[in-house]
This record gives sequence, structure tokens and C-alpha cells, in this order.
Amino acid sequence: MKLTNTVKRKLIQIAAFGFSNIHLGNFKSGSLYTGSWKQFCNPGLNCYSCPAASLACPIGALQAVSGSMNFKFSFYVVGFLLAAGVIFGRVICGFFCPFGLLQELLHKIPFPKRKLPKPLRYLKYIILVVFVILLPIIAIDYMGMGKPAFCEFICPAGTLEGGIPLLLANPRLRTVIGELFSLKAAILVLTLLGCMSVYRFFCKTICPLGAIYGLLNKISLYHLEVDQKKCVGCQKCAHVCKMDVDPVKHPDSAECIRCGECRDACPAQAIHLGFTSPARASEHKLHKQHVKDSTSGD
Amino acid sequence: MSSRTKHLLRAGTLTAAVLFLIYGVSRGEAAIVLNKAIHICMECIGLG
Repeated sequence: MKLTNTVKRKLIQIAAFGFSNIHLGNFKSGSLYTGSWKQFCNPGLNCYSCPAASLACPIGALQAVSGSMNFKFSFYVVGFLLAAGVIFGRVICGFFCPFGLLQELLHKIPFPKRKLPKPLRYLKYIILVVFVILLPIIAIDYMGMGKPAFCEFICPAGTLEGGIPLLLANPRLRTVIGELFSLKAAILVLTLLGCMSVYRFFCKTICPLGAIYGLLNKISLYHLEVDQKKCVGCQKCAHVCKMDVDPVKHPDSAECIRCGECRDACPAQAIHLGFTSPARASEHKLHKQHVKDSTSGD
Repeated sequence: MSSRTKHLLRAGTLTAAVLFLIYGVSRGEAAIVLNKAIHICMECIGLG
């Protein structure tokens, strides 16, 4: 039996979800995994206050370091994000993000489906700059410590993966529920409804991690290439794209999560996804053939 | 963006990323991340 690319992607997403949330037993005890793996960042968005989480959330980690007493900038997390982004780009969102998988499953629920107005895509960049970068540095307390503003006021992944399971398992935590939790619960409900209606609503509008990887998508090693000689201009790739990207016009779009649906839909096999360039690969093949022919001639 | 510019940006970003990572680890940022990640983050779950 041959697996389709869609099934392969789904299997990778499930494996990544499982690896990111391997400590399932902690859901019962309401505690967190406290091992040394948590000093490493997860490439995708996954709350480190989720009882099952095995790695640290990069957005939470970024705010934790820049909001700490000693440092105002996290070289460690920024370095990790730059490396992951420049090598993989948004293929991380498409294949390895646990919250991305959750959103795709939510979108399968029967619900009125809509397209997102394009200007809303820019909201995630504003959230990245204001809530993830500036507020943890600017809004500091008397000890010089900043708050993780994105986690505190916005992140629906934190409420879903961390807040709800921990509140269910710890009666003592339930006694301190206040207005902030109501705000975050409202954002979570709106996000879940948004995801049911719009494909990857959170990725498109809110996710600061997607914003970072999106910017690096333009130069990432893993990239999308369209062979203009082969392209027949049928626009099937643009129609099939759930992230509303036209791969022929914008192969390096910050919105493209490299899911590969456009490549599968292309009747002319004009779309290539990968680390290598097809033109360079065929040049290399020709060169190898030439060397082989010349040596056999001797 | 030309292919050459892209290659240069890629190499520059990757070099910066590696240097950032080494410097960040050397000044103890990984320990801050670990400390934050192993304790329940009250802000993250909407209680802090």
C-alpha cells in the first residue's frame, strides 16, 4: 500500500505531537515534567505548562529570558529560532507544530467555512512585536522583571494545553481563578471557533512563532520552487491552497506552511519542495554522467 | 530577491544563529528556560 503525501504528513504531525507531549501520566497528577529536556525549545508552539510537555515553548522561553532580571534579550532562543527558521522555514508549522495539528482537526468539524480577510494576516506581526518582544522588556515590576505578555493575555494554546488540564487536576489552583482566566477562556473559545471556520485561524492571525518562521521562509533552505517552463498556468495550485497562497506568484510567501498540497495538485509536476533545487540537481546529475562517460572512454 | 542575495542572507543568518546559541548557552540562558519550563507558569495558564 502506497501512502499519499497527505497521509504521510498527518503521520509526521501525529508523531511530532506525541514526542512534544510524551508525559501523558502527568495529566492525572496535575504536575509537569521536570527533566533536563525542558531546557531545549520545541520548534513548534506547545505550552511548557502542559503536564505532558517534554520541551519548552520557544515563545514562552523568549519572554522568560527577556523578562528576567539579568537579561533583556535571549540570544539562546533567538539563535534557536533563527537556525530552525533558516533551515526549515514554515515547514515546521506544516509538519511539526502540535497546535497546528489541533487546528487542522478542528477545521474538519462541520461548521460554516470562511476565508480570512487578508489584512488580518498582519495581526500576528503586531502581536510578535508588542506582546512577545516589547512588553516583557518595557513593562517591568519593581524587581526589574517583565511579564510574559503574550502567554498571560493572549495564548490560547496555554489555556487549552496548560490551564484547563492543570485546573482540572488541582483543586487548589481553582480557588485563584479570576478575570484574567475569563479573558483567556474567551480568547480560547473565539480561537477554537475561528479554527473550525477558517483553516489554521490561529496560524494565520495570531501565532508569533509563525510570524518569525514566515519571515525566514523567504530564505529558508527547505523551499518551494516552481518550474516556470513546465507550469501550464492552470491555477490548480492556488485553488487548492488552504493558506490562500498562489505558489506560482509567491513561492516564498510568509504564509506558506510547505504542506505540499499544491505540489500534489499540479498536473505538470512543476512544483518542487525540498532542500535542493531541481535545476541544480539535474545539473549535478548531468555532470556525474559526463564524468562517468569520459572515464569509461579512457 | 536574487539567488546570490538569498545565499548570502542564508549563510549570514545561520552563522548569527550559531553564534547567538553558543553565547546564549554560555551566559546561562538555558538554565533560565529550564527553570521557567519546569514550574507551573501561572501567567501562561491564565492565573498569574
